[in-house]
Amino acid sequence: MLDFSRNHFELFALPMLFGIDAEQLDQAYRNIQTEIHPDKFAHAGEAEQRLSMQWSTRVNEAYQTLRKPFERARYLLQLHGIDAMDAKNTVMPADFLMRQMEWREALLEAREGRDIKALQGLEKDLQAHARQLQDQLASLLDAQRDYIEAGNVLRKVRFMDKLLDEIDATYEAIE
Amino acid sequence: MALLQISEPGLSTAPHQHRLAVGIDLGTTNSLVATVRNGVSVVLNDAAGHGLLPSVVRYHKDGVTSVGFTAQSQAALDPHNTITSVKRFMGRGVKDIPDLSTLPYQFIDAPGMVQLKTVAGVKSPVEVSAEILKVLKARAEASLGGELVGAVITVPAYFDDAQRQATKDAAKVAGLNVLRLLNEPTAAAIAYGLDNASEGIYAVYDLGGGTFDISILKLTKGVFEVLATNGDSALGGDDFDRRVYCWMLEQAGLHTLSDHDKTLLMARARAAKETLSDHAQAQVTAVLGSGEVIDLNLSEQAFNEMTDSLVRKTLAPTRKALRDAGLQAGDVKGVVMVGGSTRIPRIQAAVGEFFGQTPLTNLDPDKVVALGAAIQANVLAGNKAGDDWLLLDVVPLSLGLETMGGLTEKIIPRNATIPTARAQEFTTFKDGQTAMSIHVVQGERELVADCRSLARFELRGIPPMVAGAARIRVTFQVDADGLLSVTAREMGTGIESHIAVKPSYGLTDDEVAGMLRDSYAHAQDDMTARNLAEARVDGQRLVEAAEAALTENGALLLAAEELLAIEKRIADLKLALREGDLSSVKRATEALNKGTVEFAARRMDQSVKKALTGHKLDELEF
Repeated sequence: MLDFSRNHFELFALPMLFGIDAEQLDQAYRNIQTEIHPDKFAHAGEAEQRLSMQWSTRVNEAYQTLRKPFERARYLLQLHGIDAMDAKNTVMPADFLMRQMEWREALLEAREGRDIKALQGLEKDLQAHARQLQDQLASLLDAQRDYIEAGNVLRKVRFMDKLLDEIDATYEAIE
Repeated sequence: MALLQISEPGLSTAPHQHRLAVGIDLGTTNSLVATVRNGVSVVLNDAAGHGLLPSVVRYHKDGVTSVGFTAQSQAALDPHNTITSVKRFMGRGVKDIPDLSTLPYQFIDAPGMVQLKTVAGVKSPVEVSAEILKVLKARAEASLGGELVGAVITVPAYFDDAQRQATKDAAKVAGLNVLRLLNEPTAAAIAYGLDNASEGIYAVYDLGGGTFDISILKLTKGVFEVLATNGDSALGGDDFDRRVYCWMLEQAGLHTLSDHDKTLLMARARAAKETLSDHAQAQVTAVLGSGEVIDLNLSEQAFNEMTDSLVRKTLAPTRKALRDAGLQAGDVKGVVMVGGSTRIPRIQAAVGEFFGQTPLTNLDPDKVVALGAAIQANVLAGNKAGDDWLLLDVVPLSLGLETMGGLTEKIIPRNATIPTARAQEFTTFKDGQTAMSIHVVQGERELVADCRSLARFELRGIPPMVAGAARIRVTFQVDADGLLSVTAREMGTGIESHIAVKPSYGLTDDEVAGMLRDSYAHAQDDMTARNLAEARVDGQRLVEAAEAALTENGALLLAAEELLAIEKRIADLKLALREGDLSSVKRATEALNKGTVEFAARRMDQSVKKALTGHKLDELEF
């Protein structure tokens, strides 16, 4: 019944690209939810209520996937038949791992010293690096169509996201 | 002259007649009911002109129950049987209630939720809350002059699944049809946002009698999108009262107090706090049961000092919510203050300082939640179709499963927009394992022991295989009320065994039905009549919905014979509504439901198309 053959990009009438227009995505999301959200069917028949919940759930999932750069890239690669996060793909370049170690040490230091300034500096640094990786992803996915290399970059993005999560947790621990 | 037509009682004839729907703020300290009248949301008063109903229930020996001001004023006379702040016990076990010893009640530790021993028997917090809801329902029906189609009931955004389910059960026991459980800060945002037609990021700081919520919302062209929510479901004005109470004991050198004196002094503590909202000092006087006189002076400064840690306790969740939303305090365009406790000047100052702006207080903080809920109820009941606005709310706390070693595996993260569903696969631990125990938990902590246990169930009939070979797919679905259901399915061999649970925390559906029966004076006839009335309302609603759908795009989306088939089932249901008994109404309703599934699917596809193209339905080719 529910048309699952459409992929997330098609659902929002967006081009199948990493570099999508965030405003266009937000708008399409809001427009669809305005039509199909369960609140619009609270007085409708049982069948429509159920369908509306299924549709709304599906649209939420699609939006959450496309909204976040990591999830969007991962999903795009999946559409191209590549599981970038396959457990077998764990090899990372040595220089990137070194960088990671340095960042982790800095994080630990900031945490132990309860040093908000240092933490903020580190966060900025990481965010800048994460943006660089995103630019690389955009070029690999949309222009070069080098999906294997895009998968490698995506694994780096995952590392960065995890570090940024830990920074959030550290803010909470310090405050 | 043609004869006038008179409709059957309880059945509306005109499909577009105004449907009676209300918003109910079921508060820790006070409860309210509001409705939209002539396009304006208003609080409904009782006969004496009071809008607020104190959330106090007193059980008498003779089976009579009093609710509200009478019960409140007599609290000190009968502390054991006068239940105040029952909201704090909803969906909670004995170990969850921190100040158990200072409360005058006799608690019974029941699985899932505490119960209270009263002179009228053992009562669940669900039943106590239902007494409050019944009074509000009666008030609304008297004031509006008819039976309610349904109600939107508000809950703190930070309420977990157990607390939400308990609230919905209370409404069921009170005989209310719940259109939606709505988060309190979101309700407040509707009341504010629709008034001011604002756009941008808003924070709602909601400190009620027993709960604290902070929600960060984005308003864009009539869409209220909750970005993040946080809070403390055991922090509120009651805690401020308790600080003052403890100070009074200390100052007066009191140690052991009778339950009468405890209740009396708690009331004095609250009064002193309220006085300090617009005075620099409060005089506290009381005559204890022993005849001893208490006479103390509390300054605003002393009050601020003794409650400073409570104020700070609200700022930590505020920071977390902002961080979850990926925002800074400076990104917030307006801060809405909700809940009676935000009248405390120190709180307004602290919130103002945190956000760097004066918080908005132009709507009555006690009423704004009920007013917003009424606006939502009006829309959900189907009264306003043209007005395009939408709420997108979130799950406040992560939902997950227990895995090996007592660790939590999160399936749905906090702040996921609802409705939402996630599935994850798990496998067996031992060779030949044929059953798996699924333990559903809610919370942010890594250890299961630190999270709230929501439900346990077993999946049986897994074909014996080597460890790790079976594939068990567990699906979590959270509906638009924020309520969870869980399904587990064995998929490894293609054989599917499958169980669905709707966790209900100590109260089974049968128990809820039992309470409902009890509240209808044990009369079987009443229940039968009630069931028939409910089935008729459902059937009538479906007829209206189906007819409206056919008018809207039946001709466009259905072939002639499909259209005829649906019309036939509508006619059958109408006949059953006129002449049939319970089973024929139910049968005809079910038949129409089944008969419109395909039509509903086409309509939904059409809606999505329409949303993407921005065109009206009739401009589209199909």
